Amino acid sequence: MSSVSTEDIKREFAKSILGITGIVIIATLITISVIAAVTIPPSTFQEWNNPEKWLNYPKTSIPIWANYLTAEKTPEHKILEPEIFQTNSEQLFLTSQQFLVNFEFDDFPSDFVYEFETKYSDSHLISVNLLRPDGMEMKLLTTSLPFSEIETNYKQRIFSTDEMIKKSLLMNPDIFAFDISKKSVTDILFSDVSENKVLKGSYVFVVNTYGTNGQSEIVDSRIILGGKAFGLMGTDELRRDLAIGLLWGTPLALFIGISVAIGSVVVGLIYGVYSGYKGKKTDEAMMRFNDIIYALPALPFLIILAVTISNSIFLMIGFLMIFSWVGIAKVSRSMSLQIKTRQYVEAAKIMGQKDSKIIFRHMIPQLLPYAFASIAISVPAAITTEAGLSFLGLGDPSFPTWGQILHDANTYGAAAQGFWWWIVPPGLLIAITGLAFVFIGNALDSIVNPKLKR
Amino acid sequence: MGFLSCYAYLAILSKYVISKIQEFSILGLKRYLVTRGVTMFGVLLITLLLTIALVGSNMDTILKQGVIFQVRSEITDNPSISKSFTNPEDFERFVQQKIDERIEILGLDTPWYSPQRIGYTMLKIILLDFGNATFLTSDTGSSNVGDILVEKIPKTVLLFTTATIIISIIGILLGAASSSKIGSKTDRLTSAFAVISSSFPVWWIGMLMIFAFAFVYQIFPARATPDIEPSDPGYILSLLYHMALPVITIVLIGFGSWAYLVRNFMVGVMQEDFISAKKTMGINKKKIVYRHALKNAAPPIVTILALSLSGSLGGAIITEAVFDWPGMGRLYFEAINVMDLPVIIGSTYVLTVLFLVSIFIADLLYGYFDPRVRTGT
Repeated sequence: MSSVSTEDIKREFAKSILGITGIVIIATLITISVIAAVTIPPSTFQEWNNPEKWLNYPKTSIPIWANYLTAEKTPEHKILEPEIFQTNSEQLFLTSQQFLVNFEFDDFPSDFVYEFETKYSDSHLISVNLLRPDGMEMKLLTTSLPFSEIETNYKQRIFSTDEMIKKSLLMNPDIFAFDISKKSVTDILFSDVSENKVLKGSYVFVVNTYGTNGQSEIVDSRIILGGKAFGLMGTDELRRDLAIGLLWGTPLALFIGISVAIGSVVVGLIYGVYSGYKGKKTDEAMMRFNDIIYALPALPFLIILAVTISNSIFLMIGFLMIFSWVGIAKVSRSMSLQIKTRQYVEAAKIMGQKDSKIIFRHMIPQLLPYAFASIAISVPAAITTEAGLSFLGLGDPSFPTWGQILHDANTYGAAAQGFWWWIVPPGLLIAITGLAFVFIGNALDSIVNPKLKR
Repeated sequence: MGFLSCYAYLAILSKYVISKIQEFSILGLKRYLVTRGVTMFGVLLITLLLTIALVGSNMDTILKQGVIFQVRSEITDNPSISKSFTNPEDFERFVQQKIDERIEILGLDTPWYSPQRIGYTMLKIILLDFGNATFLTSDTGSSNVGDILVEKIPKTVLLFTTATIIISIIGILLGAASSSKIGSKTDRLTSAFAVISSSFPVWWIGMLMIFAFAFVYQIFPARATPDIEPSDPGYILSLLYHMALPVITIVLIGFGSWAYLVRNFMVGVMQEDFISAKKTMGINKKKIVYRHALKNAAPPIVTILALSLSGSLGGAIITEAVFDWPGMGRLYFEAINVMDLPVIIGSTYVLTVLFLVSIFIADLLYGYFDPRVRTGT
């Protein structure tokens, strides 16, 4: 083992295309992590496992961009915000809300929900109408808000599956040239009149609130037009936006991988060098202990530890370290056996320097290049192992990791049902992250151990 | 080991083999095997002790609840006992006394960490008496952990041995081919494939394979558990058909790094003097590679074959969970989901034994194949 200076390593590394690629990938991932931390409030990922938060999102929707790849355009899931107009006359106070949507897809929306919160007193009437691109206006429903003497806040959801809507459509069945009695409401409303195909164009939902004694105030109001395409990365069976999970998974994976790698390399390095330097009985005992840890079946143990002690992500990092320092300790011991015989180490010994000083000043610095290569090479193992444990359902539920996304995908049979957007991105991210560190480790390794360069 | 990504695995393995040679030459074969054997038995005991220590307190609670349930149901089955009491408090005292008696007979009154109980539990497990499972049963309905394990082990061994054999055949041929033409297209492709394929988790590729071959092209079943009874004569065929997708996945992920490993060993051998001598003698290059070099690279290759088999057993837990393969791994996964402690302890023990035995066999094989070790020089 020849000693290589830091300058040499930098120069050699700059020549390695793979090493640079690795650095670029990791820089990108770090940028993504920073963007995730800045743009997505931490409260979002804390609510990852709270189903209520995701009610307005669609189930298992493909990413929006997938529409550009297929001839058939899957309807996007849209959350429509209103434009509000208010008109008042002597007897009547009218608040009109218009929700505009440009519907250019090849399939009907699955459903819609009108969700509102309003502040009013006395009695009020709500009517919901739909203005179609062919100029027709369809009356959907008219309903009154419960009477209240004092000013109250009232929340309600009106679903497209509401009986009233179907009934009012069935009042004029002759508009459509086909039998509408067995079709769902959205299949009728968004259909061409002559045949049951999507009528493309812009639709306007008009929601009018009438009051006789004073205006109602709209606190919150939206129409959710159910579709099967949503967001950058689609959604899963529990309606969660996968983009958020994937974004937050990035810093977590990097954190787990790097801290396990650094921790285990530092422990292994010191253990190995100490064992090699001391020699004799100490060495023998330490290496036997090393053998024992080496022969423990790691995965079953990690599983038992996660189940019985805790699956907190920080403890998990510690557990992973227990099993990953062993190989490094073995190699650094054999390296330290060589360094030990060098003259400057012997000289330091004769001068009566303390053991700790010899080890940390004279021996470990010689092994640093090897240590850096080992760190880079150990990161992917840590990331895949954590992902594997999460995949088995043993992950920390308060942090959404890539492995947990895949666990959920497996639980809901995503592969057998063809939800590719739920399976491909998390695994690909795991692989790319791992690959980047392998590239860097490889490049470093071939500089440090020129023998391997062939 | 099982959980390491293949690249790190390779790096450690090659160093492991090198350290092997050193230890052999220092100790000699016999003493080496004795030390190894003792270490491994120690590892086995420590594994067992750790497992019991980790699940012990839970185990105690479950066992005690079992006793209480048993005593109560025995008493309610026999109405004459409750009739003989007029006062409900007396009756309760009687039941409690019965429970305490039973707990004392079973030795549950001392905590799980008392030396006798740990010793007794460990002795029972070493003698392969794992007791009864809390929830899980074997296909034939037995809840004896031993019966369940006997049913599952052959399936895991079948799956992973088949896959490993295929991987090693492809790997050796491909590795030898690329080592004979270093820097050629085959060589570079093999190396690239090795690094890239080993970065993917096997279970994720498994999900993709299910997506591709069970959903898009419906060639193979998505679940690898055959849906007919084990007694049916068509069961074996059905099992093999269901095994296809897992085997293909494991091979796909594994053969690249194998080829890379074999190539590196071969390159090492090809640089040795006797090969150069053969070259100058004008012997056909193909013959040198496949006849002489491969023979000399055999010891480390065989060692790693045995080691990778043991490594894959650890990974079996996740792989089998993805494909729903009815082996040890899935059993382990199910046992953890329902916290069936006897099954967890039993399968951890068996997994450790399998793991250690294959490491030991790897050592023996190495000693057998490497003439330097055999003669003890």
